[in-house]
Amino acid sequence: MSEFFNAFTGANLNYLLGGLGITVGVSTISVVLSLLFGSIVGIIQFEKIPYFSSLVGTLNNIVRNLPLLLIIFFTYFALPQLGFRLPIFWSTVAAMTFFESAMLAEIVRGGLEAVDRGQFEGARANGLSNMQTMMHIVLPQAYKKMIPPIISQLISLVKDTSLASGIVLAEMTYRGQIVYAQNTNYIVPVLLVLTVVYFLLNYGLSLLAKWFDKRLA
Amino acid sequence: MTLLNHYFSVFLQGFGYTLLASLIALVGSLILGTLFAIMQVTTSKVARTIGNIYVQVFRNIPLLIITLFFYLAVAKVIKMTGFTAGTIALMLYTSAFIAESVRAGILSIDPGQMEGARANGLTFWQAMRVIVLPQAFRVAIPSLGNQFINLVKNSSILAFVGGLDLMYQGNLVAASSFDTFTTYIIIAIFYLVITLPLSYYVQYLETQLKKKA
Repeated sequence: MSEFFNAFTGANLNYLLGGLGITVGVSTISVVLSLLFGSIVGIIQFEKIPYFSSLVGTLNNIVRNLPLLLIIFFTYFALPQLGFRLPIFWSTVAAMTFFESAMLAEIVRGGLEAVDRGQFEGARANGLSNMQTMMHIVLPQAYKKMIPPIISQLISLVKDTSLASGIVLAEMTYRGQIVYAQNTNYIVPVLLVLTVVYFLLNYGLSLLAKWFDKRLA
Repeated sequence: MTLLNHYFSVFLQGFGYTLLASLIALVGSLILGTLFAIMQVTTSKVARTIGNIYVQVFRNIPLLIITLFFYLAVAKVIKMTGFTAGTIALMLYTSAFIAESVRAGILSIDPGQMEGARANGLTFWQAMRVIVLPQAFRVAIPSLGNQFINLVKNSSILAFVGGLDLMYQGNLVAASSFDTFTTYIIIAIFYLVITLPLSYYVQYLETQLKKKA
């Protein structure tokens, strides 16, 4: 039993929590970039441009239906074969952004479809261009409704960064593996610490999503 | 193409294990998830609390942590292979999401249905099983379908614990053939064979449900 508590040394905990910084960093950068790319893809799908929109929609469906782990491995191990090599941190960010943009595009499209048609017509009738209507009238309303689902996606991103331990990114889960590699008695305590940290972070985010949901309703 | 020919049986074996893990986890998580959803809508405070804690914990921690827990800690006490550990973790993780879908389905059903059934002499469980759940599942089907797609994608977690699934075999083939690019493309196609038709079917069901509403 004393072995159990021995795992909680300052050095070990410090090392683990240092991984939390990378976990949060990857998730935050990815969600911001995905929001940008996802919005573009979502708007393209929403605008129903002949052929182009359905082509983008199909590609989007394909990306959404692939395992993220496969995309992470592909970006890190297969792309260098084509001469496209990224450092591990940015490789993870690229893989996550690629996958998450497809997820967020669906949310953006759904958010746009939920905006009343009258808003478009009113803005156009008042002399705004298509682009202006989108930027100033429709998107702000759509984004407001999208905040809770976007936070849910951020939660999955935080959880999914643990997959990057498969390509040896030194985020929290990978650091956990390093710690219990010293002593197999540390396995349970380390996993417990990871569970608590991930839970607090994600549960906090889910409460935030709920709060927005109530305020915006 | 030669790569596909050469390793076809390996890919097929991985595909089989991925399907098997997904199906076992699906059945298990449907049963568990429904049970926890019912617990969350009962009048018993204890049952509600247990149901809530279960769902919140499993929804908010990475699947990989659950998998490693079973593979490294539980497997020391009860012997199990990576495939078993991964499938159990997959089942527990997915059941939390299924519980949320089913609970939303139950809550969307008019409470009068339950009251009417109870007034006609059915017990809580009878009313749940015969009257409420069949209606709740009809509402929940699109979201359950999405959970199943996620389950298939998440089954790639088995690769972390030597679970013999598609992703695991793909990594082996990539390592021995040195053609990582082609290998992963083939793996991607195998995954899409399962998930893409499912996703289009779910979209179809969603539009059908919207038309009815």
